[in-house]
Amino acid sequence: MGKYLFLIWKNLRRNKRRTALTVLSSGVSVFLIGALVSVYALMFAREASEDSALRLITRHKVSLGQELPLYYGPRIQSVDGVETLSVMNWFGGIYKDQRPENMFARFAVDPEEIFNIYSEFVIPPEQLEAFQRDRQGLAVGKSVADRLGFKIGDRITLQGDIYPFDPELTVRAIFEGRDDEQAFFHFKYLEESLPGRGVGIFAIRLRSADDASSVAVAVDEMFRNAPSPTKTETEAAFQMSFVSQLGNIKLFLMSIAGAIVFTMLMVSANTVAMSVRERTREVGVLKTLGFTSRSVLGLILGEAVAIALLGGVVGVAVTLAVTALMRDAVVQFFTGFELPVWGVALCFAMAIAVGLVSSAVPALIAARTNICEALRHSG
Amino acid sequence: MPVPISYNVRNLTVRKTTTLMTALGVALTVAVLVGIGTLVEGLRSSLESSGNPLHAIVMRQGSTAELVSAVTKEQFDVLKFLDGIAEQDGEALVSHEIVSVVNLPLRGDETSVSNVSVRGLSPTGISMRDQVQLEEGRWFTPGKREMVVGSGIHANRAGTSIGDTIFYGRGDWQVVGVFSAGRSAFSSEIWVDANLATSDLGRESVRSSALIRATDEASIRALVNRVADDQRLGLEAELESEYYAKQMTSAEPVRYLGVFIAVIMAVGSCFAAMNTMYAAIANRSREIGVLRLLGFSRFSILTSFLLESLMLSLLGGVLGCLLVLPLNGLQGRIGNFVTFAETTFEFQVTPEYLAVGMAFAAVMGVIGGLFPAILAARRQVLGSLSA
Repeated sequence: MGKYLFLIWKNLRRNKRRTALTVLSSGVSVFLIGALVSVYALMFAREASEDSALRLITRHKVSLGQELPLYYGPRIQSVDGVETLSVMNWFGGIYKDQRPENMFARFAVDPEEIFNIYSEFVIPPEQLEAFQRDRQGLAVGKSVADRLGFKIGDRITLQGDIYPFDPELTVRAIFEGRDDEQAFFHFKYLEESLPGRGVGIFAIRLRSADDASSVAVAVDEMFRNAPSPTKTETEAAFQMSFVSQLGNIKLFLMSIAGAIVFTMLMVSANTVAMSVRERTREVGVLKTLGFTSRSVLGLILGEAVAIALLGGVVGVAVTLAVTALMRDAVVQFFTGFELPVWGVALCFAMAIAVGLVSSAVPALIAARTNICEALRHSG
Repeated sequence: MPVPISYNVRNLTVRKTTTLMTALGVALTVAVLVGIGTLVEGLRSSLESSGNPLHAIVMRQGSTAELVSAVTKEQFDVLKFLDGIAEQDGEALVSHEIVSVVNLPLRGDETSVSNVSVRGLSPTGISMRDQVQLEEGRWFTPGKREMVVGSGIHANRAGTSIGDTIFYGRGDWQVVGVFSAGRSAFSSEIWVDANLATSDLGRESVRSSALIRATDEASIRALVNRVADDQRLGLEAELESEYYAKQMTSAEPVRYLGVFIAVIMAVGSCFAAMNTMYAAIANRSREIGVLRLLGFSRFSILTSFLLESLMLSLLGGVLGCLLVLPLNGLQGRIGNFVTFAETTFEFQVTPEYLAVGMAFAAVMGVIGGLFPAILAARRQVLGSLSA
């Protein structure tokens, strides 16, 4: 085994320029695949936290654009398995101007319940109490507060768009957590200013994640023939519905990934073919020395796989560096942007597969070469 | 004296497999770039053909989209009588419209559900869109829960054929017709009677927006300013063409991602082209010596190899463009966060993007071929011959 590894190592070093160019070009492909996998993971495969699995979202069946009556709240509360729930209205609106750094999610909620439902958010008890007491209080996520310099006691005004109403709010609490690009204020305050408006969504917390589907069915069944029928789904499914608004992105990512893998295959196959062709005579010598066809096959496959693995290391390293850089530079849009462990495995598996497939034909040809012909070969 | 091009052509054809594989690498890179271009172009032409130069959309001050805007009956009544509004048969060409969305499943994949815009408008509103034509069935009857669906929606959403019903507002609405709107974004909408939609959505007299037509191009700007200057209105007008142009921002991430991938892939393809050219030169060391002996200058050798690399990559460019051609006319869907609904559009392969693709291939060829060609030109005559 050691002798084979030594030979592979020697062969890699023989034409250093070619090895380097091939490693770099497959590294580039692996990096692209890694980047696409990271984008895919960010959009489609976000790991749901334990808390998230305990949450259901109820909205109007037609679309988010239609509101539900307020009296649905107590009725949903009575469904077996529901621990608590809160109104959650997407307020939208504008803070200062349209610039993206001033954008964060703003919801009108039930201040007594919202942090029981989103219990993963860490909030100091005295701040929570202050937020609950002040009808015009605002609880804001730490990422937002850090970016926009909000401190407890600051007064801010939002300009309404969906709701023709400009809330004047005081920062009473700052909470911390994974998805804290958002802010909450009292639904009561919104309701007072615009009486008669309904509910965008109800966020429900379950007693147990096992009840998710039975509660969802029970809620929707309850309002099936009401003027405003509902659609209840898990929080993960609800978030996924936003991604599907983006059109057929999945197909788009897949076709690009396909093109990249295919390009990588071409490049790798080409290089292996070139180097094997140049070494025909050598293969003859190896065989004369007693190397079997199988060991020649193994040598060439091994060399291709070694190059592919080096490319994989380069590509994965670059991916990890770039995703980390993006996370730091534009936190707002890239929280959780990273190459998942299964992505690293996928990158290496793909690199090895490309190495094997691309070298199969040249390796077989070399292994089958007749000694005399190989020795006679000039080139 | 330059080395004859036929020398390079023959060299490329002798190493068929190597040539083809390297070219294919370039081809796929070009295909990704041009493919993204055709997507962006398709969306642009869809959005551009949506705006009429005489039209302006009026929304609540600060609103960026119809979905989050509000225009009341009183405000609309003021708009109707502004100077510069076009008239037809004694009636002002203005339309008070209500826009919302409805979740509809995809044809063929009914588990995949996403938003479609529903626009409530009057017969005047329909007639103001010149590009719109009834394709099948009939228009909705005012006062009835009837829908007419755009051809793009009809093509890719389940349950949108004539006779189907869709739950919207407070009840079931029947599909009674299909309209086409050329390439415009309207073909991704469903149209219904404005009065009924407004009451079904419980909005009373508040709708989303107003569409107004000016008598001529000179007065449209004046009209836009007049709306903005009228303090009591609290409204803002925007040229319809500009409103739709803004939705192009939804294609920005796709375009950036596409260009990023194409450029990185190009780096990879350059490495591959370099590999091929280095190998070609290593194999032809003796030939290069002979060429020099025959009196070809170092510069001729340099240009000759550069040219060979260029031909290789241009072959890839042509292959890449051919790969993209079948995309032409294909339907794509892209969502945006202005309308919170999808726009269907057709991929459009334009000569401009094909040219960009070829130029991109040429750049790859020159960069990939430059260092190997320099190496070839630097070879000593005797050293080359004895190799």
